[in-house]
Amino acid sequence: MPTPDPPDEARSGLLDRHIAFLEALRAAGLPVSLAEDLDAVAVLTALPWDDRAVVREGYAAAVVKRHAQRPTFDALFDLYFPPLVGNGADRLGADEAGPEDSEGGDADAAAGGPQDGDVPGARDNAEALRDFRERLEAAMTAGDEQQLARLAAEAVGRFGAMPGRGPGLSSWSAYTALQRVAPGEIVDRLVQGLLAEGRGDEEARRAAAQRVGGFTRRVEADARRRIGEEKGAEHVARTALRPSIDRLDFLQMRRTDLEQMRREIYPLARRLATRLTQEHHAQRRGPLDFRRTVRASVSTGGVPLTTHHKPKRPHRSELVVLCDVSGSVANFAQFTLLLVFALREQFTKVRAFTFIDHVHEVTHHFKPGADVVDVMADLAASASHAALWGRTNYGRAIEKFAEQHADAIGPRTSLLVLGDARSNYSDLALTTLAELAGQCRHAWWLNPEHRRHWDTGDSAASRYADVVPMVECRNLTQLSELVHDLL
Amino acid sequence: MTWFSSPSDAADRLGATGYLTDAATATTTYLAGALEKPLLIEGPAGVGKTELAKAVARATGADLVRLQCYEGLDEARALYEWNYKKQLLRIQASQGSDATWDETHDDIFTDEFLLTRPLLTAIRREEPTVLLIDEVDKTDVEVEGLLLEVLSDFQVTIPEMGTVTAVRRPFVVLTSNATRELSEAVKRRCLYLHLEYPDAEREREIVVSQVPGLEEAVATQLVAMVARLRELELKKAPSIAESVDWARTLIALEISDLDDDAVNATLGVVLKHVSDQERAVKELRLDRAGR
Repeated sequence: MPTPDPPDEARSGLLDRHIAFLEALRAAGLPVSLAEDLDAVAVLTALPWDDRAVVREGYAAAVVKRHAQRPTFDALFDLYFPPLVGNGADRLGADEAGPEDSEGGDADAAAGGPQDGDVPGARDNAEALRDFRERLEAAMTAGDEQQLARLAAEAVGRFGAMPGRGPGLSSWSAYTALQRVAPGEIVDRLVQGLLAEGRGDEEARRAAAQRVGGFTRRVEADARRRIGEEKGAEHVARTALRPSIDRLDFLQMRRTDLEQMRREIYPLARRLATRLTQEHHAQRRGPLDFRRTVRASVSTGGVPLTTHHKPKRPHRSELVVLCDVSGSVANFAQFTLLLVFALREQFTKVRAFTFIDHVHEVTHHFKPGADVVDVMADLAASASHAALWGRTNYGRAIEKFAEQHADAIGPRTSLLVLGDARSNYSDLALTTLAELAGQCRHAWWLNPEHRRHWDTGDSAASRYADVVPMVECRNLTQLSELVHDLL
Repeated sequence: MTWFSSPSDAADRLGATGYLTDAATATTTYLAGALEKPLLIEGPAGVGKTELAKAVARATGADLVRLQCYEGLDEARALYEWNYKKQLLRIQASQGSDATWDETHDDIFTDEFLLTRPLLTAIRREEPTVLLIDEVDKTDVEVEGLLLEVLSDFQVTIPEMGTVTAVRRPFVVLTSNATRELSEAVKRRCLYLHLEYPDAEREREIVVSQVPGLEEAVATQLVAMVARLRELELKKAPSIAESVDWARTLIALEISDLDDDAVNATLGVVLKHVSDQERAVKELRLDRAGR
């Protein structure tokens, strides 16, 4: 190395933090290039530093180029550039012009290590809890954002501390804090308060739920921040962050994720359809029309200057979807069905069947222009038709399908089987499936489980994979890629 | 020239032209000017993406050059074209005279015969310019290749004439509805801003500033209703433009209280799918029979 490293005190630590932050973003799946890295530095030099929100937006403009990645960015930003350090209560309470200090404090957060947890007065007892909940209720009724942020930090510090045996072993738990504070119980009184302000009943209820949800998120973020301070932001970034919605596993979704996902389906289908039409346009040139080309070449003395092509016949395939709707894979099946039906125009005909141990046709639920919410409800209701005995049985379902709906399969059909291939050790009906697959143009099996879980327990993945090509399909990104390849 | 001196300056000056910003928009707009980098704006239809470019032009006194993208847009429509007819005339005119072919040849590829299209126009202008490349996602992927040279180096290469470099860098705004994923190369060259529906307070201000004569109480009701509609799972959520339309409708119909009947009667202004309207009626428990 030509020049030695500058002495430590000359380094502000900001650059190191910036690079660590970008590394974490990359690890979380954001493709941050070197050019964007340099942009981010340019952004930081061009911006005033007295407002944390401005710095955050500037950073985001330089490195986040896809809206779906924004939640990941925000969570990591809070982790690497925390709004406050340690317990923070004194500082936030003492001077309201906090942001400047806390920005400057970023480097300290990295260098200074864990602050002592036992702040005077931060003791958990019944009286403190009652007092805290009163203040929380007041802040929520007033909708005071700053006070709520302060209270979230206090809740974690006071009620969520999990003292460890040695230095660096103590930790914080958002779960414990929320259990103790139980903001859900405040909802009713909050609604009363809002009603007194003259709001409508339903509106008050929604507003109350929103505020409580917001507080919960703050507490979770604050616990992450504190753990990050103790164990290093890298540790938390690796372990405690959920992936963005399009990379989230179907099998690991929570209820809120499901709703968000449902909103994603139509835009996703639209994007896919646009992309497909454009690609079809791009390859619109059909095979060479030899006769026309030769005839046209007469006028240029036999040199085929311009080639003529036969028009391309649009080919559209029929699609038959056969999906397992048993509890474990129901989410995956529903999303795939929704996506397939949103792309209906790309196929001549789509038919869908659900099964657990018995087959049931659900095509009629997907009326053109039907409402997503209704369709999902209908599908859930019809799942009961698909079960006679209640345990997933792939063998019986396939036999039944071949028996009752053999007309669905033809030489122009693509068959799509959705399921985890976990058949409770029953007969697999491999020969029947092979026959079905032989009668159609393509057959695919989408498995929502990670490849490393295939063939564990009662999974018959590789035995089915021998008959029908099986692909791993765990999240929206993989799903959309698959549907695109299928067409 | 510097476009804006700080994020708050951007917010103030855009606000003065009637475009109300939030922190993210103001910051990113300021940065696009300060770093002289193109700004890519994505977001649902009708949240004011194109409007932002126009507002920047108004606020800074720059001229707006607009390239509307569409499927099938090509080099000749985006960059430049040679004026073949005029070139042909020039060649024919030179036949009688004793000019050699070489001279004529050099003659016909000059500025005189060049038809500049939006991209080249924006690059060559010496006055402050806002270049708006609208709905970039509508174009074919190849056009993105054309844009790259303009976006990173602010220059255009014309084989017969050489490279034209910007005398004065334009403020470039690209908008996209995200119907197609843009290439990484384009995104890398741009700052990125995702415009969402504004929060209730800001939307109220926008509606009130756009529709004079609207009472505050009705505006509040209207914005709350639009916010609730956006929370439903609709095919097409109402945009800001539609909120403004709704406000205008209420003024025209002289409705001073947005109760269920009024909403019912005018729902078509904001929701443009039958299934969306049905969903709204069902979820909001509006009384359809009263219609």
